[in-house]
Amino acid sequence: MKASDAIVKCLLNEGVDIVFGYPGAAVIDLYESLRKSKIRHVLVRQEQAAAHSASGYARVSGKAGVCIATSGPGATNLITGIATAYMDSIPLVVITGQVKSAMIGRDVFQEADITGATESFTKHSYLVKDADDLPRIIKEAFYIATTGRPGPVLIDIPSDIQAEKLEKFIYPDTVDIRGYKPTLKGHPGQIKRAVKAISESKRPLIVAGGGVLLSDAQSELTGFINKSRIPVVHTLMGKGAVPTQNPYYVGMIGTHGFAQANIAMLKSDLLIFIGARIADRAWGGIGDKMKKDAQIIHIDIDPAEIGKNLGPNIPLVGDVKHILTEMTSKTEPLDTDDWLEELRSHRKTAQHAESDFVNPKYAVELLSKKLDDDAILVADVGQNQMWAARHFEDKEGRRFLTSGGLGTMGYSLPAAVGAKFAAPGRQVAAVVGDGGFQMSQFELGTISANNLKLVILLFNNSRLGMVRELQDRKFGRITAVELDKNPDFIKLCDAYGIKGVRVTADSELEAAFDKALKSKGPFLVECVVDCNECTL
Amino acid sequence: MNRHVLSVLVENQSGVLSRVSGLFSRRGYNIDSLSVGETEDPKISRMTIVVKGDDYILEQIKKQLNKLIDVIKIVELSPDQSVFRELALIKVRTSMETRASIIEIVSIFRANIVDVSNETLTVEMTGDESKIEAFISLMDSYGIVEIVRTGLAAIERGNRQIINHKKYEED
Repeated sequence: MKASDAIVKCLLNEGVDIVFGYPGAAVIDLYESLRKSKIRHVLVRQEQAAAHSASGYARVSGKAGVCIATSGPGATNLITGIATAYMDSIPLVVITGQVKSAMIGRDVFQEADITGATESFTKHSYLVKDADDLPRIIKEAFYIATTGRPGPVLIDIPSDIQAEKLEKFIYPDTVDIRGYKPTLKGHPGQIKRAVKAISESKRPLIVAGGGVLLSDAQSELTGFINKSRIPVVHTLMGKGAVPTQNPYYVGMIGTHGFAQANIAMLKSDLLIFIGARIADRAWGGIGDKMKKDAQIIHIDIDPAEIGKNLGPNIPLVGDVKHILTEMTSKTEPLDTDDWLEELRSHRKTAQHAESDFVNPKYAVELLSKKLDDDAILVADVGQNQMWAARHFEDKEGRRFLTSGGLGTMGYSLPAAVGAKFAAPGRQVAAVVGDGGFQMSQFELGTISANNLKLVILLFNNSRLGMVRELQDRKFGRITAVELDKNPDFIKLCDAYGIKGVRVTADSELEAAFDKALKSKGPFLVECVVDCNECTL
Repeated sequence: MNRHVLSVLVENQSGVLSRVSGLFSRRGYNIDSLSVGETEDPKISRMTIVVKGDDYILEQIKKQLNKLIDVIKIVELSPDQSVFRELALIKVRTSMETRASIIEIVSIFRANIVDVSNETLTVEMTGDESKIEAFISLMDSYGIVEIVRTGLAAIERGNRQIINHKKYEED
């Protein structure tokens, strides 16, 4: 069997039915094999988008996302997408073509050391040296990407190897890697300690992170909360772990979180971090002010996250889904009425003032009301990310995707493409600023070519709004954040055959969203936002 | 900042050394020495890594190393239950007048002379770090031409084997 055919066969064995990619000389054999297969290939307009689309696909489907690029610049263009996935623990299998084996290291045309370049933000990588290793390597790659703490795995395959013949194709059933045995079940003794600490606490608080979603443990978490009656806050990545309407829901923590959620962190006597790595944006400024005698339980599948940013009293390594099930059965309901009452007293409802522009917070709130109960919202990075995170209501079947760790502008459009392919029957909306939009604007081509029914909510304030805000606060003046020569986004979309409307006042929003959601194809809602609009 | 000696079993594959050393520089850990070679099992290499750091750094190093797929096991070797050795080749400037006294010091240190020329003398010595440092400081006055050191190799005393240690785990 030809090696490139074997690669495709391996992908089929792993249940892959779609890949995102961009062809080139070093992957032509692979593309010929793909052409002959049932696997759908989505041609992106730049390789970074292939990685983001695969990431959006992975987050929604729960399977590894697969992307393909050629050697050299194709591979290096993937880098930001791979790093984005790594920081948010998203399972990707990234396949890159490489120059011919004998040419490696000679700086030939389109050669780049991609395994070396991505070393610090891939979970693992392979440079294939023998075609007969391909089945084992691909099996291992999917296993490593999707188990334990998920992450991207890169397979670099020289072009001559793709054209070789395998002596015999045998796809392994199992994987045995000596150095990789993720702990899934929580230590019974530690679970016992955690349950005891919970029963003794007066002001317990659950801090849910992205790990809850990665472990697909939303219902287990809700079950645990409802039984134990412990209030819950979440990180940006943990958004969607608990429905906003849950009676124990307090809000999002962090530098752009809600005051009541951050106050809850400070007043709690027992913090239960679940699948959260307690990064600076979630924890910054809170850590020092926290109660000194507060107990900390930290549940995470990655032992290296425990003790990295915060020293817990009770570390608990394992899969969140499994541990929550165990803990729910062992935990007795607590009396948290007073504690909940106190937390509710800190909650403030925002008032929207009338203005000459569109209020982006109101726009997200309204879109959230209009969207189905299983809709997917993909937020970009910057002010729009926080407007979306703070005002999109989480429901049981909903998903909120964003680049939380790396904070990659331009993420939303390609990730929304991937999300739509993963869930063609669900509504998918992308929230993006005029800066981020232009970083991935080329993906209008992919969206249009595949007639993807996406709602693109573009907040146009002619500024890099969050940087403007930072500069203004620190220096009292702004520089290099004005996007005054923005194109006419409606005309731009029109050039791609994408319909859209420009909205200049809140009163026009409802009609615009109705039109967007009824549209048979992609639809842009461009909101003209005050250039001085604040994040919070 | 304490010194720690880590014995690390890794898959004997290309790219492993780069992953391990890259991790140290990337995360800002200080590395004193790193030596690596094949073990009794040709599929496994063993690294001896000498690091400086407090308890927090040491734990981070162990955990981050353990995350590498190619890393099989990490054990910290305690100085009192292990043998630490390093090999050094030291080329010293000599003359008719100094040669005899250098040879005398070499014999006190139970080192070997592996090469002699009219102007130089090359000494091979094995020992723990302090022995090598002591010898080097004595040779300083004669004039050291070159020093080559292998970095520490370490093994546990007695019946103990790295294979029998539990894989590093958070308890």
